[in-house]
Amino acid sequence: MLEQLAISTLNGIIYGMLLFMLASGLTLIFGMMGVLNLAHASMYMLGAYLGYQISKTIGFLPALILGPLALGLGGALLERYGLRRVHQHGHVSELLFTFGVAFMIQEAVQMIWGRIGVPYRVPPELDFPLFRLFDTPYPAYRIFVLVLAVAIFVGLFAILSRSRIGLVIRAALTHPNMVGMLGHNVPQVFMLVFGVGAGLAGLAGVIGGPIFVTSPNMAGALGAILFTVVVIGGLGSLPGALLASLLIGLVQTFAVVMDVSLDDFIKAIGVDAKAGNILGDIQHTTIAQIAPILPYLMLLVMLVVRPRGLFGSRDV
Amino acid sequence: MTSLSIGRHAGQIVWFLAIALALLLPELIPSKTALTKMCLIGITIVFALSYNILLGQTGLLSFGHAVYFGLSGFAAIHLINLIGRHQLPIPVLIVPLFAGLAGAAFGLLFGILSTRRHGTAFAMISLAIAELVAASSLILESFFGGESGVTTDRSVGPTLFGIDLVPQIQVYYLIVGWGVLSAITMYAFTRTPLGRMATAVRDNPERAEFIGYSPQIVRLLSFIVSAFFAGVAGGLAAINYEIMTATNLSTAASGSVLIMTYIGGASFFYGPVIGAIVISLIQLSLSDVTPAWLLYLGLLFVITVLFAPTGIAGLIERHLPPLRARVLHHLIPSYLLSAAAGSVFAVGAIALLEMNYHVTLNAHEGPLLRLFWIQVDTTQPLAWGVAILVTVCGFFLFRRTWPLVGGAWNEIDSRLRKAAP
Amino acid sequence: MKEPALALTDLRKDFGKTSIIRGVSLSVVAGERHAIIGPNGAGKSTLFHLISGRFPPSGGTVALHGHDITGLKPSAINRRGLSRSFQVSNLFPRLSVSENIRCALLWSTGYRYCFWRWADRLSDVSAKVEDVLTRTGLSGRRDVLAGVLSYADQRALEIGIAIAGGADVVLLDEPTAGMSHSETRRTIDLIREVTIGKTLVMVEHDMGVVFDLADRISVLVYGEIIATGTASEIRASKAVQDAYLGTAGTAH
Repeated sequence: MLEQLAISTLNGIIYGMLLFMLASGLTLIFGMMGVLNLAHASMYMLGAYLGYQISKTIGFLPALILGPLALGLGGALLERYGLRRVHQHGHVSELLFTFGVAFMIQEAVQMIWGRIGVPYRVPPELDFPLFRLFDTPYPAYRIFVLVLAVAIFVGLFAILSRSRIGLVIRAALTHPNMVGMLGHNVPQVFMLVFGVGAGLAGLAGVIGGPIFVTSPNMAGALGAILFTVVVIGGLGSLPGALLASLLIGLVQTFAVVMDVSLDDFIKAIGVDAKAGNILGDIQHTTIAQIAPILPYLMLLVMLVVRPRGLFGSRDV
Repeated sequence: MTSLSIGRHAGQIVWFLAIALALLLPELIPSKTALTKMCLIGITIVFALSYNILLGQTGLLSFGHAVYFGLSGFAAIHLINLIGRHQLPIPVLIVPLFAGLAGAAFGLLFGILSTRRHGTAFAMISLAIAELVAASSLILESFFGGESGVTTDRSVGPTLFGIDLVPQIQVYYLIVGWGVLSAITMYAFTRTPLGRMATAVRDNPERAEFIGYSPQIVRLLSFIVSAFFAGVAGGLAAINYEIMTATNLSTAASGSVLIMTYIGGASFFYGPVIGAIVISLIQLSLSDVTPAWLLYLGLLFVITVLFAPTGIAGLIERHLPPLRARVLHHLIPSYLLSAAAGSVFAVGAIALLEMNYHVTLNAHEGPLLRLFWIQVDTTQPLAWGVAILVTVCGFFLFRRTWPLVGGAWNEIDSRLRKAAP
Repeated sequence: MKEPALALTDLRKDFGKTSIIRGVSLSVVAGERHAIIGPNGAGKSTLFHLISGRFPPSGGTVALHGHDITGLKPSAINRRGLSRSFQVSNLFPRLSVSENIRCALLWSTGYRYCFWRWADRLSDVSAKVEDVLTRTGLSGRRDVLAGVLSYADQRALEIGIAIAGGADVVLLDEPTAGMSHSETRRTIDLIREVTIGKTLVMVEHDMGVVFDLADRISVLVYGEIIATGTASEIRASKAVQDAYLGTAGTAH
């Protein structure tokens, strides 16, 4: 029991840090530009597939560098030649554009790599148990992912708090309409942030692909979770995104391993109820089955009850 | 704004012709498969029109409109099954009305949650609701029937005027009847005080508050009306297919109606009609030919967002003033040139995509691919080289010829300005 | 004494730690034309936002015809007979001029959320639309989309929307801002004409307009009213002179 708890906690933290790598870019873009990038999770998926392809042909280390670079460049181009064009028509058009891009990436990935997943495995050089947690050996690769994610987190904070560009980004987050007047080249900053965000999503894909399943479903499954993280954390708030990522990471990891249903609770208190129809369905649904729904539920509740999230200063 | 703007009377004539065509179509194309397709298109038109009450008229971008279509469809299936089981005195003909009411009820329920907000927040809430409902549909098996869905038999219940809905042609006319009725009602709605205020709230919710309206209530009422007609479409689908599955309310179905409505043209009332017809026809003809058709659809959608945000209807409206002024023919040379160059590019790009698809997905069928009307060996570098060359040449030709179109339009616009006082 | 049409009592607004409106009390009698002047950043527009319900006040009360309307939603305040215009044109850009005015009339004419009548065949509304179009001089532009109107026409429509609903207390926020001399004259005549029998409160920078139109004037400086009175009283006021000498040039 304690062993299970420790392993799930560690897994949840690693999952949460990966989520943060994705959510940080998304929340910066959303906070600065007001654009909810619906294609963000698709870039994560693309990262995983690129990671798989490059690993297979050249090696994991090149994949780790080339994959994020390719996606960062792609993201910057997408901003420059796509988003900027529709910006004048307002947020709904921007949303539609990213929706279209997500749709196309989805189809393109299926076209290139097939409708079922690819066998993207942990690279052999990192495929060994690093230590034993109680009696279970814990894989080195997961710790590698954790270290890398923490490094990215520290790096992001350093850039945002110390550098000049970080200053502009922070100003743009709190006063999106004012920064242009400060004489900074805002479109270029937007392009940069969008590119870096896409690159980080790609990196998360390259390193996350071997842990989770690399398949065409991964973008759809992750998209709403990311929106949940961004909304719960608050628009443009990196500390918020970090906390929300860890929260969701842990909640989801624990929910998946909990194979109990309402029925078990009812039985536990000594009643043997037999409800029919829909009530019966609800009664026999295990928490593990509900796990995929939890993020949507949290997203809905958050948007309706507290749209500025935990750390946000503005409503979504 | 949402209006019939092809000149008042010309517009009415076009509508009458469209309805007449819908009625005569089974006579003109007497084939069983064509009838199936026409039924599908009819249902899709109602669904897309209902979606545009949100997108075009009220300015709400929803990623979950299929929820109301699907839930009402399931409600209709269960109602028909009840009619069959208990010999209820309800003709199946009017089931779409009940389905609409079910849609409106769900619209009220989810609308209260989502219409407090607009813009991106509304879109996110709609997505969350859509995913919740889709996920629940797999859990609540007794209502949604799990993976296999719920089936029914539409030939039950009392018959009205001898219509028992057994032959498909009766179902087609049922769809046309409900479709025309729904379209007229939805058009009428755009011109009521509430419909007008929906447009005002789309344009400027803040100002709407200062002239006495609650934008939230206007949005909610619009949402309910939209969900009602989505429900009618769902009811028609239930009668037509006699089955509903979880895919009917999936986010993919919601995305599909969004794409059709937008490509058709959300700023005009008739835009979604065109979108539903065009996209359904593309789907029906292309999905057999190429597995990549969804990619083409996505491409078409992104191009529309980037270059023609008013959709096909917007393009039509753009050409009407020069048509009336009889100067439209000045566009033809530049259009032909651009179209020729564009086709070269498209042929090359499609060849590349299809060859790629063939290699990755259909490798088991051997290296040979029938592309357009020629046999291509996808293992030959020459084939790839030719395809790349055609694509690149087409691209540069198109870039050279496209400015001609702009020039021709400048010419026409200045003529039109001179003609107008 | 008669019940004031609009009464503000110790109205306050803080944004974070900054106080923008610091205890404003003002009473405007029915039928009065009241101007609020003051240097830039004095909080004039904020004061309008508090009265019209766009922002909730941090303290104090607003009463309309003796009824407390503090903290009500803008729509509720409008329904009680207070309407306003905006400093930056705030129209329905993709509706035509006549539809903008029609929308502004629907609630007050009683059609509310009606969906069983044709909006453009309501004879009572149509008559009023014509009336407002004529009075604002926009008859010739009735079918033009509001978003593509000229600046002066947008300002006229802005006033048109504010007065269309027949509210008896009208707030106009800098109705002549950015206008040429002749446009300003036309707008003064328009305002004078359309506010007959109504209570008018306006923010204005143009002293010519203020002295021409207003029965009484209040001077707002740093969130406080330092003087209220007739034009000549204000001209003579020591406090006003001090305030304006300190910020000379901001009152154009």
